[in-house]
Amino acid sequence: MSAEPNSAFRYISRKRRTKEDHRFLAGNGRYVADIALPRMLHVALVASPYPAAHILSIDASAALALPGVKAVVTGDELASGTDALASGLDIPKVRRYPLAVGTARYVGEWVAAVVAESRALAEDAAELVEVEYEPLPSVSDPEAALDPSSPPVHADHGSNLLYRRKFVWGPVDEDFAAAEHRIEFRARWNRNATVPIETFGVVASWDPTAQLLDVWASIQMPKFPDQLAKALRLPGNGVRVHFDVDVGGSYGVKRGIKHSVLAGYLARRLGRPVRLIEDRLENMRGGDAHGPDRIFDMAVAFDSSGIIRSLRIRALDDVGAHAGRAPFQLGKPIGAIVGPYRIASVEYEAISVTTNKTPQEAVRGFGQSPTNFALESAVDRVARHLGIDRIELRRRNLIRHDEFPYTIPSGSTYDSGDYHAVLDKALAAGGYEDLVRRRDAAREAGKIAGVGIACCLEPSGGNSAFEPLFNPKNETTTWMDSCSIKVDLYGGIVAMMGTSSSGQGHETLVSTVVGEVLGRDPETIRVVHSDSLSALPSNSPVGSRMAIMLGGAAAGAAKKLKATITAIGAHRLGVAPEAAEYRDGDVMLASDPGRRLTFDQIVEIAHRKFHELPPGLEPGLQSAHVMEVPTGGTLPTADGRVQMYPCYAFEAHVVYLEIDRITGKVAIGRYAVGHDCGTMINPDIVHGMTYGGIAHGIGAALYERFAYDGEGQLLSGSFMDYLIPSSHEVPDITIADHCTPSPLTSFGQKGSGEAGYLGAPAAIAGAVNDALAPLGLSLTELPMTPGVLGDLIAGAG
Amino acid sequence: MSQHEITFTVNGESQSATVAARLTLVDFLRDALRLTGTHAGCEHGVCGACSVLLDGVPVRSCLTLAVQADGSEIVTVEGLAPEPGTLGILQDSFWETHALQCGFCTSGMLIASHALLAANASPTEDEIREAIGGNLCRCTGYKQIVDAIALAAERLRGSNLPAKEAADDER
Repeated sequence: MSAEPNSAFRYISRKRRTKEDHRFLAGNGRYVADIALPRMLHVALVASPYPAAHILSIDASAALALPGVKAVVTGDELASGTDALASGLDIPKVRRYPLAVGTARYVGEWVAAVVAESRALAEDAAELVEVEYEPLPSVSDPEAALDPSSPPVHADHGSNLLYRRKFVWGPVDEDFAAAEHRIEFRARWNRNATVPIETFGVVASWDPTAQLLDVWASIQMPKFPDQLAKALRLPGNGVRVHFDVDVGGSYGVKRGIKHSVLAGYLARRLGRPVRLIEDRLENMRGGDAHGPDRIFDMAVAFDSSGIIRSLRIRALDDVGAHAGRAPFQLGKPIGAIVGPYRIASVEYEAISVTTNKTPQEAVRGFGQSPTNFALESAVDRVARHLGIDRIELRRRNLIRHDEFPYTIPSGSTYDSGDYHAVLDKALAAGGYEDLVRRRDAAREAGKIAGVGIACCLEPSGGNSAFEPLFNPKNETTTWMDSCSIKVDLYGGIVAMMGTSSSGQGHETLVSTVVGEVLGRDPETIRVVHSDSLSALPSNSPVGSRMAIMLGGAAAGAAKKLKATITAIGAHRLGVAPEAAEYRDGDVMLASDPGRRLTFDQIVEIAHRKFHELPPGLEPGLQSAHVMEVPTGGTLPTADGRVQMYPCYAFEAHVVYLEIDRITGKVAIGRYAVGHDCGTMINPDIVHGMTYGGIAHGIGAALYERFAYDGEGQLLSGSFMDYLIPSSHEVPDITIADHCTPSPLTSFGQKGSGEAGYLGAPAAIAGAVNDALAPLGLSLTELPMTPGVLGDLIAGAG
Repeated sequence: MSQHEITFTVNGESQSATVAARLTLVDFLRDALRLTGTHAGCEHGVCGACSVLLDGVPVRSCLTLAVQADGSEIVTVEGLAPEPGTLGILQDSFWETHALQCGFCTSGMLIASHALLAANASPTEDEIREAIGGNLCRCTGYKQIVDAIALAAERLRGSNLPAKEAADDER
């Protein structure tokens, strides 16, 4: 179900085939594992079997005796040759290196790297490395980790507490005191992640004459080249990251900084190219790519009419054994801490702790989806408490269309929206009344059936304002992205972007936008991924930012180019630029369109006829634009108010499901979502990411969990135990589009890369609870696996 | 490690090689033949990214040893297009519906659906979902893949060839 394309555009919002799909369909993608360099060596890793242990000794003699084995490198060696990896918070004693140094802190942590002529040989040799450990007490539960008596994961740091701050925005105590009703509950979001089908991989090659490290990596990480150079003690221009590597999925987690520092170090030390491609077990337990692991203690104050007045949220997040950027995933949700609702005051206590588990990395939404799950659970509980219909309760609390721009208590201003209209569209698309009848009929027939609703926001445009909020030493107020364009002698247009892509269709985005502005067919525009030495500053596709930021940068560069073309044409026509009109690359007199210069003529003037160029213009035809995030540029206030992200997309989910009484397995019978991300640059791409986000949300809600036993052993290190939804579990999905343009962006677009995932877990949890309610049961812990639900239902007799 | 002589056909071309007994078919295709369109995803037979056709049947090339392919006919994603630079009807249908994002699972999806359409000219949605049920995709939520396969089936039916022949004709 689609909205009509916006007739203001020729290419934007139209059905258009993507630039990228063709090569992938021909088997012609170029992923990191496809890169084979002459004399390349391969890495396998020795991993800790203990959640916490001193490394007493490492004996590599048997491994090194195997023919073809080139080196066995330990953490001690690496720590003397590299600097610790960057940390987001100001916690200097929580140090992290690619290999464990002296102490192993989780099961699967890499203790030694074995380098050999082939991966198979490296794996053989890794089994011969003998490591002597002295096991230490460990902690794997976040509540236990918060107890000062728990064994600290980083002894030098002294405790497991990384960050704790209680924000109070508005008169929370007064609002709670004045409210007619209060409820409290706990919501638990257990550990899952995006788990791309391609594991992380990196190839590094050192040129000792140029003093240059070339890196190809399946990367989606802001500041990756800078952090890599710094850890390797190289100047920034001593590292060249090739962004033309196709990344086989990421959705946040493909950071791989430790892998890349290790591969870069080995390539320099051994003087040969080095490849490190994780196998699935290395990826699942040692790849440092788990997601948020969070306990929410929620308190809600509200009136009998259902108006929610205030919230108290305590969010305790378990980052695992190292910090990285993980604690910031408690910060990003501050930008939408009241969701799409008019809630006047909020208290938010964010607590980040270490445990002896695999470290956490950025996951799609950067902490927003767990927060949305907690918020929507609260809304459902308020409705149930008052006996008010869930949808009616939401309608009473949703911010109204005429209230935008709307500033929430934590300081962010929502740009635009029409939440009531999108909710109505979702209900119509899902056939809500029919679903209720279907549920009631199913219950009559003895089935366990429920309908779920969720409304939520997707903050987009990522300006990393949580960095200065959580770390006052960090004064980041820009998170730029860039694009440059050049036109060659024969009129061919090339646009250059400065990051890699992991399926988001950036070549399609850039060519569509540049084509739109210049009036040239996007099919004819080539888009290239520059390398980190030739690229203008860019920050990678995180925080649902590329439609806004790369799209905006491409539009900015194209507008400059258009102005240059117009100036050249006008000069040649002997008129002021204002008297000339640009049309599809040609320039003509506004008053007499018959007098014109063609695009080809203007290109030739720019490239060959300096004597015909307007004074002061550079020869050639090119432009560049580095874009600041809209609303960026300001630091947080002392009480922690901040404009987190510029744009806010909205989605409303409707789901119907049945739970098998015996097996506990959920079958989703209907799924519809209303979605408003402003102007869609390419509807197929937006829809695809939304379907995929919902599938990912179904996994988080019902199946996926990095489960640990009480001893800190990972129980789900393979796809036999960590269950990813297949075409059987993901139903047909209906999307109802809506378009409320953002006033802050070049074409009214907002972000959409996290769409679907941000509301699906909440909606499914709501449907499960609706199904369980007649049995007197409720559950506010994800994932709601068949085992959990089956036991719960059986227990109720 | 024992070495073995094997001979088989890959995308219509006869190949001979000496391989170690433990070498998997996916590693052989990717590293020795440099056919990198086949991807290793989980390497334990669950995700399906490494699927290839072995005598017309989709198999996990990560769970198949190269020596097991001796004497057989293999088709990889590179063998699905009629000629370089073109796409077959199935591949083109994937492009039309944008049935992929990162592209990593795509070759396995194409192999699975190619086998389906060779056997069933008019699959229902359930049959399509069953056919790709052993191939995991993290990007798409499967919707546009199901649409692509239904579209390809319709287009192949309209091509006036028996389904098996039309699907085979794609390569």
